[in-house]
Parts: sequence; structure tokens; C-alpha cells
Amino acid sequence: MCESCGCNLTHGNEHLVAADGHLARTSSGTESIEVLKGLLDANDHQARHNREHFNQHRVFAVNLMSSPGAGKTSLLEATIDALAGDLNMAVIEGDLETENDAMRIRDKGIAAIQISTGSACHLDAHMVHSALHELTLDELDVLFIENVGNLVCPASFDLGQHRNVTLLSSPEGDDKPAKYPVMFRAADLLLITKSDLMEVLGDFDPERAGAYLRRLANPAPVLVLSARSGFGMQAWLDWIREEINLHRRRLPQEKTDRHIGSRTV
Amino acid sequence: MKYWQPMHELAICQALIAQVAAVARSEHASSVTDVYVSVGPLSGVECPLVRSAFPFAAAGTVAGEATLHLRQTPVRVSCEDCGAETEVAANRLICGRCSNWRTQLISGDELLLQRVVMRSGRPRRNNDV
Ligand SMILES: Nc1nc2c(ncn2[C@@H]2O[C@H](COP(=O)(O)OP(=O)(O)OP(=O)(O)O)[C@@H](O)[C@H]2O)c(=O)[nH]1
Ligand SMILES: [Mg+2]
Ligand SMILES: [Zn+2]
Ligand SMILES: [Zn+2]
Repeated sequence: MCESCGCNLTHGNEHLVAADGHLARTSSGTESIEVLKGLLDANDHQARHNREHFNQHRVFAVNLMSSPGAGKTSLLEATIDALAGDLNMAVIEGDLETENDAMRIRDKGIAAIQISTGSACHLDAHMVHSALHELTLDELDVLFIENVGNLVCPASFDLGQHRNVTLLSSPEGDDKPAKYPVMFRAADLLLITKSDLMEVLGDFDPERAGAYLRRLANPAPVLVLSARSGFGMQAWLDWIREEINLHRRRLPQEKTDRHIGSRTV
Repeated sequence: MKYWQPMHELAICQALIAQVAAVARSEHASSVTDVYVSVGPLSGVECPLVRSAFPFAAAGTVAGEATLHLRQTPVRVSCEDCGAETEVAANRLICGRCSNWRTQLISGDELLLQRVVMRSGRPRRNNDV
């Protein structure tokens, strides 16, 4: 499987594979062995398993990532309010220390599983897998996974989601994609949140944020919205509906994997 | 969130040690002397933090005395327009020849255990557990 399929190798990095065999003995009596295994293979393997779960149950899974406080839970609350009559939703919450976010979702009558990550800085595929078994996937159209608020680590860990949505709140500044390329390169949709604050801030330029995103070779759409005022929410809701439809059409062809750079996740 | 990062690199070092230990076991090695890892700037992993987390993850394992060798891979993209392959900065993945932003990453996001050097376990068989 993944250890031997060479899926990490492209013609850009294949030179890392030494040409001269797997095992070499040295004069000092030591053995040297060529391994070439991705350090995140165990996670990636579990993530593929999670994705199979989702696909079997026709669930569309979205991973929400951002810095702390960018508005992930507020966006989910507003999304639930808008779509509750229409779609069956559930949420996995990667809140660090508290049940606060999960309680905010449950207050809306939606199932929310809390992953207590303790001091962890990101969710991984194993954490999500154990949460999955507390959910009835059959009834779901869409599962939102609110990752730990952190612009660094979460992007490295595939959870089995079908799409990554990265939030950038206007008070953080429009240059964040240039400062956190790993995170923003992974985004399938960039949401610029708290648009109601832009007037006060004065210098946040969504165009500039979009330009930094393109410099990461990322073609993801950029939407500007405010969960507080409701501005721009419609386009986000349309995106969810459209992606659910696309996902269902892709299912029979088993083409739901994500491809990021040289790594297939 | 800089102060959270060591946790993240520790988790990665633990995954690394698990893989190293599996290799050592299958080769019947008594100890691992060197571990070679390739890290791309777009892997999301910081080399200095991996270096500082490694001894904590390795302590008490077959790789407890091992030296970690980290190798940074370059960020390279291939242009979808002009076909050029160029080396670029991690936050500027545009074609180095024609400035087109539609490129494919061909190297720079690796996080690979490349090579393990170890001592054979046979001469010390009596002491082994
Ligand atoms: N003005 C304004 N404030 C917002 C908006 N969305 C969220 N907030 C506020 O931003 C703060 C953080 O919002 P949350 O939704 O808890 O953010 P989060 O990303 O879930 O936070 P963590 O889970 O802790 O990382 C709260 O005080 C929200 O009321 C918005 O659209 N406009
Ligand atoms: Mg939250
Ligand atoms: Zn992390
Ligand atoms: Zn070009």
C-alpha cells in the first residue's frame, strides 16, 4: 500500500532515491538502509480510511481551518441557521480545552462531537476517526470539522475531508497567505470573514489577499463575508450546496482524493 | 501560535521513531546510529524544532543514541504555460521564467524518512532484550 506505491515521488524529488540498491554495508560494521517513507504515512492512511467512511455514507466533509478566533464557530452557527431546514449537518469540534464550541452548536439542535485535544495543536485523522463512531453518518449530508485555531500545524494533517476551507478574518491583515504558505496553499476556498470590521480597519484589501493566494499557485475562490451582519453569506451557502452536488457526482467514479503538490492525500 | 509548534514536531518525531524502530526490528539491529530525513519548506515542519524534539522522542528507544540528519529540499515548480522548472521561494510559487501563477509543485513539501544506519544486533545477542 502506501509505503511502497511511491506516491510521494515525483520526477522533481525522485533523485532523493539513491540509485545503488536498498541496503549497504559500511566498513565500520554498520548497515545503512534506504527507507523513503513519508513520516505522515500512518496519518494519511487513516485519513483515507475516514474518507471511505464518508463516501460510503455519501457525506461531504469540510475541514475548517484558521487562526484562533477568526470566526469558525460563528460561521457554523450562521450556516446552521440558514441551512437547517434543508440539509442534515453535524460538527466535529477540535476545541483545545473547553466544550464551549460544541455547546454553541448543540444549542442549535445539531449534533456536535467534541474532540478534547488537550494540548495538541491540530486534529489528526485518528482523532477524527474516533469521533466518527459517535455520529450517525447515514443521516448526514455534510459534516463540518472545526480544526484547532492555528495557522501552522493543521494543514499538514489530512483528516479525510473532501475540502479545506480556510478563514482569514479581516483584523488579521491581508498578507497572511504570504506568511503562512503551507496553510493557504491547502485551501480549496478562502473565506475572508468579519467583513463588517473592514470599514473600521481601513486597510484590509481582499484583492491583495487574493493576489497572495495566487502567488501560492492556488486557484481557490475567495469569498468575503460577515457571519455577524450576514453580508456575503449567500455565496458561501451556494458554495456548500454546489460542492455537495459535485461530490455526489464524483462518488461513483471514486475520484474524491485531494491532490496537493507532490503529495496525494 | 509559535509556542504550540514543539508539540507538533514532537508528534512528527514520534512517528519518525516508530518507523525507525520498525526498520531496526526487521533488520535485527541492536542500535541505530544515524537517521536521515528530508524536509521540504512546504511540509509545515520547522527543522530546528524537529531537531530539538528528536531527542525526547528517541529517548529510551533503539534510536536513543542516534544522530538526526535533516536535509532541506528545495522548492521547485513546473509551469503549466511555458513548461519551465524553476526553484522558487516557499511563498512565491510562480514560474521563475514567465511569472505565470499556474504551476505544479514538484518538490518542497516532502517529509520523508530517507535512510537509517544501524549496528547489527548479532554480536550482542546475549544482552539484547
Ligand atoms: N464583528 C464580527 N465579529 C465576529 C464575526 N464572526 C465572529 N466574530 C467574533 O469573533 C470572536 C471569535 O469568534 P469564534 O466564532 O468563536 O471564532 P473561532 O474561529 O471559532 O475561535 P476558536 O475556535 O477559539 O479558534 C467572537 O467574539 C465572535 O463574536 C463577524 O462576522 N463580525
Ligand atoms: Mg471555535
Ligand atoms: Zn500541530
Ligand atoms: Zn512559465
